[in-house]
Order: sequence, then structure tokens, then C-alpha cells
Amino acid sequence: MPSTTELLRISTQVRRDIIRMTHGAASGHPGGSLGCADFLTTLYFGIMKPDPKNFTMDGNGEALFFLSNGHLSPVWYSVLARYGYFDYHELGTFRMLNARLQGHPSVHEKLPGIRVASGSLGQGLSVSTGAALSKKLNKDPHPVFCLMGDGELQEGQNWEAAMFAAAHKVDNLIAIVDENGKQIDGPVEKVIGMGDLKAKFEAFGWVVIRMNGNDIADIREKMLLAKVASGKEKPVMVLMKTIMGFGVDFMQDKHEWHGVAPNDEQAEKALKQLEETLGDY
Amino acid sequence: MVEYTNTGSKDTRSGFGEALLQLGNINPAVVALCADLTGSLKMDAFANAFPERFFQVGIAEANMMCIAAGMTIGGKIPFTGTFANFSTGRVYDQIRQSIAYSEKNVKICASHAGVTLGEDGATHQILEDIGLMKMLPGMTVINTCDFNQTKAATLAVANHRGPVYLRFGRPKVPNFTPADAPFEIGRAILLNEGSDVSVFATGHLVWKALEACRMLEKTGIHAEIINIHTIKPLDRLSILASAAKTGCVVSAEEHMMNGGLGDSIAQLLALENPLPMEMVAVNDQFGQSGKPEELLEKYRLEAADIVKAVQKVISRKRQKV
Repeated sequence: MPSTTELLRISTQVRRDIIRMTHGAASGHPGGSLGCADFLTTLYFGIMKPDPKNFTMDGNGEALFFLSNGHLSPVWYSVLARYGYFDYHELGTFRMLNARLQGHPSVHEKLPGIRVASGSLGQGLSVSTGAALSKKLNKDPHPVFCLMGDGELQEGQNWEAAMFAAAHKVDNLIAIVDENGKQIDGPVEKVIGMGDLKAKFEAFGWVVIRMNGNDIADIREKMLLAKVASGKEKPVMVLMKTIMGFGVDFMQDKHEWHGVAPNDEQAEKALKQLEETLGDY
Repeated sequence: MVEYTNTGSKDTRSGFGEALLQLGNINPAVVALCADLTGSLKMDAFANAFPERFFQVGIAEANMMCIAAGMTIGGKIPFTGTFANFSTGRVYDQIRQSIAYSEKNVKICASHAGVTLGEDGATHQILEDIGLMKMLPGMTVINTCDFNQTKAATLAVANHRGPVYLRFGRPKVPNFTPADAPFEIGRAILLNEGSDVSVFATGHLVWKALEACRMLEKTGIHAEIINIHTIKPLDRLSILASAAKTGCVVSAEEHMMNGGLGDSIAQLLALENPLPMEMVAVNDQFGQSGKPEELLEKYRLEAADIVKAVQKVISRKRQKV
């Protein structure tokens, strides 16, 4: 696995990409994307390590990742590009007409790395469960990862999937909830308080692990722990605390940055806080 | 006219169940999912024979559709089973995003479509499902007419790559199509050649159209009867050729007029060859409880209603000339 320092260099560039992509498109969702940059970087470069050059829809023989909260497309596209799925210069086409980098992830445009469309919330955990069942039938030992938002858990379908995955012992499924405590209308606690998520998922029959999603060392440790916890007849849930907008001081912990792009001045200010480590597109 | 014999009434859903079992034996990629309606959908035989490839999802249709979408990743061919209402309206966004837009090879198999579901009433009798499904880009929409055709269609959709909506029903209806007829997606079937009117029927109303044809023959009207089992992609050439020959058209279906087969044919004719047309379909109303035959009569989906529509459209054709 790359060192924590190396992973941080990558996630810093990913954060630059997120700012530049949303600024360039004058739209998109920087807040949650910045918050999950460390996690997604570590997952691809350190944990999953899929083959980016021979992408197949079936993904046999490798771990799979599904992004249920599709509005985090900027961070996913950046990580996919920096990992080698496609030329990172293509990040400049984000949300442009005829681009493969649609506002929300799609398979229609054949962007390597993406296996299902997401954006309408609450569907990814079910899709991931299906992919995990398929892997079991194929006797493929690799796990299936699924990232969701905490506000997204308000969609009832997640709980259908949580029930099913436990009842059918889908133990090759590792879900991660991005607990940044923010959604469009404000703090999750104020919109619809989610209560004790650990107790909820444990009551549904899942193994629950807590993780700090803005600490690469902790992500490495806990995601490896999650892999160890898998395969034991229970699905695994990682409750990942993050700070929305992490890495850019004026965006940090503010729900207003859920779906607003930085303007020229804000982008310049943000980029000064993020070193260009791998070269901008 | 060509005579068709009912070889013994059977429900279309049993044709689905038999074919699914057969698919289990011949295609290891086929998996089946059901939302607590295994008996109603006749999926028991598959579930018993292939327990490792059958997934009981419980009463959670949204979850079922997305699990099916996920299972295609890794090469499975999932067949989902529940009532038509819960296969479409209840899960529209799941089908739209995770199946249709994501181009997933899922076969959405829907039983108990239309008013012939009977006594359960309007909550369960969806009449909008063909419309909902045909509006989705890339979705194939099939509505079969009898046991044999449902069986053949189920086998055929397994070999078709892409999402399919396969619609069938609850009641026992005449079984008259040949047992060995191959099912060709998107290819209309000419049941009776005629010269005075083209009747395009789908699903349970195909047999009604044949009954109407017999009644019309007695009055000297020669109706061309065509079974449109595939509403999308529509067999445009067959429809246009027949319509051009007869000069007027009647559509017949157990579905809402808005969004149904008739609506697709009307659009085609309006764009290519405007001709007098009548539609036998439910006109902007919900169903209700009752026996299937009572409901078909109440909502004017009987052979006699097709006869009336034919008489009306022929008189319109004559006025036009």
C-alpha cells in the first residue's frame, strides 16, 4: 500500500481537481466531494487496487465500488482519473455537453470505472447487494464497497436493502456512510435526525465499524479491519465521520457548500490552500 | 377466416413459470427474484429446482429492482416477478435509473396486469404500465396473449440483451397459439388476412379480436387481425402495410388509451399515413372490483366492443372517400 504521505499527496490533488471541476462547470457538489477525498483515494490506491486499464462491466476477479450518493461525482471522477481509468485532462469536460463526465455518474456514456447510474438517492445499497450476490454465485472472493450519504439514509429503500443483506447473509458487502451531518436544507439532525446509526445497523444484523474519514491512517486501518470482518455471515457497515468541505477553510463544515460551485475569487482562494502535487489538468 | 382452436384455457402466468424452469435448466446465468408472490407468479418450480439462484426479496419491490440491476454485474440474467402494478408504478425511478438508463439486462416479469386481475380492484389493476415502460429509452415492452406465447416470450427474452418488460395476466384464457411457434421480439403476427379493416390487438384482447372477426365475417366484413405482442419496438412496417391495404384501423388492448398500444399506432399513423382509427381501451378511468368477464364488459373490452369499433371506423372510412 502507498504510504500515508503518498496518499495525502494524491488526495490533495484530488481536492484541487474538485475545486477546478466545479468552478469550471459553475455547478456541481464540492462539499461532500472534498469531505470524501481522503477516503476514496485510500480505497482505490490502498485497499481495492482494481485494474484500471482493463475495465469490464462485470468486474470479475476484483473488488467493486458503487457510489450511491451520485452527486459526489467530482471526487469519484478525479480519483478514477488519477488512478488511471482515463486521462485526467478529461476532468476539464465535467458537466459539459457531450462529455462522458455527466453531472451525476452514468454508464450510458461509457466512462470506465462506472457500473451503474446514481444520483436519485437510495438505490446504491440495493445495487451493491445485487453485485455482491452475483460475486457469491461466481465464487469471486472480492468484496463490494458502497458509499452513501447520511442524509441519504432517509430514503426508505436503504432499510429494505439493510434488511435483505442481513437476512441473506451478504457478507461480502461493505457499506460506508459518509457522516458529515449535513444535507441540502441544513444539519441532518435538524432535517430528520437519524438517531443512533450504530445501534440501528446493529439491530438490522450488521457489523458496525467507526472510522474518521479525514484521517488517512485511520481509513487504512479501519478499511482493512472491515475486510477482515467481512466473510463472516454479516454485512459490514463503516460509519465514517467526515467534515463537509474538508481542506478548504471557508467551505469546512458548511452545508451551504453541498451543491454550490466556487466563483472565480473563491476558487482562487481555495486553490491557494491546496498544493498542486500531481499536476493540474 | 382462419380458424383458431382453444386447446384448453390456461393462465399466461403459468406459461411464464414453465419457461422460467426450463431456462433454469438451459441457462446457468438465469436468476430469479420475487417479492413475496412466488405462488401467484408461478415461480415455485424454479425456486425449488434452483434454490441457490432464487432470491426471495420480501415485500420490497424497490430493493428487488435494484438488486436485479446489481446482479447483472457479474453476468447474471435476473428475472423479477411481481404484479404489474408493483413492477412498474411502484418502482418507476428504480427502473429508470438503475435498469433502463444503466442499460442493465434485467427482465421485469409482470403478472396480474389490467382489469382481469378481478376482485382485488383498482389498487392492483394497473392500466398504465405499458405507457410507463414504453417511455423509457431502450426498454423492450411485450404483452403476451396466451399460455403458449407467454412461455415462448419468456424463453426469447433471456436471449435478448437489454431490459425487457414482459406483461401477462392472472385469469385462465384460451390457449390457441401454436406450442412450437418461435417468439420473435418486435415481429407482429398476422392471424387473419382481411381487406376491410386492420385490427391490431395485444394481450388478452387478441382472442377477443378473433371472436370479433368471426362475428364480422357473418356481416360480410373481412377484418385483418394482427397480434402485436411487442409494443416496443413496434413493428412499424407490418402495421403501415396492413393499414395502407385496408384503409382503417382499430386497436384493442386491456390498458389505458393514454400510453397504450393504440397510442403508439396512432402516433405512427399520424406521422406516416393518417387514416381513420378507433381504439378499444380503457378511457381515463380506474378499474374496480368484479369478475374478470364482468369487468371486460363494463370497461368495453369485449369482442362486441371491437365489432362496434370496426363498424364505426369503416363508416368513417367511407365518409372520407
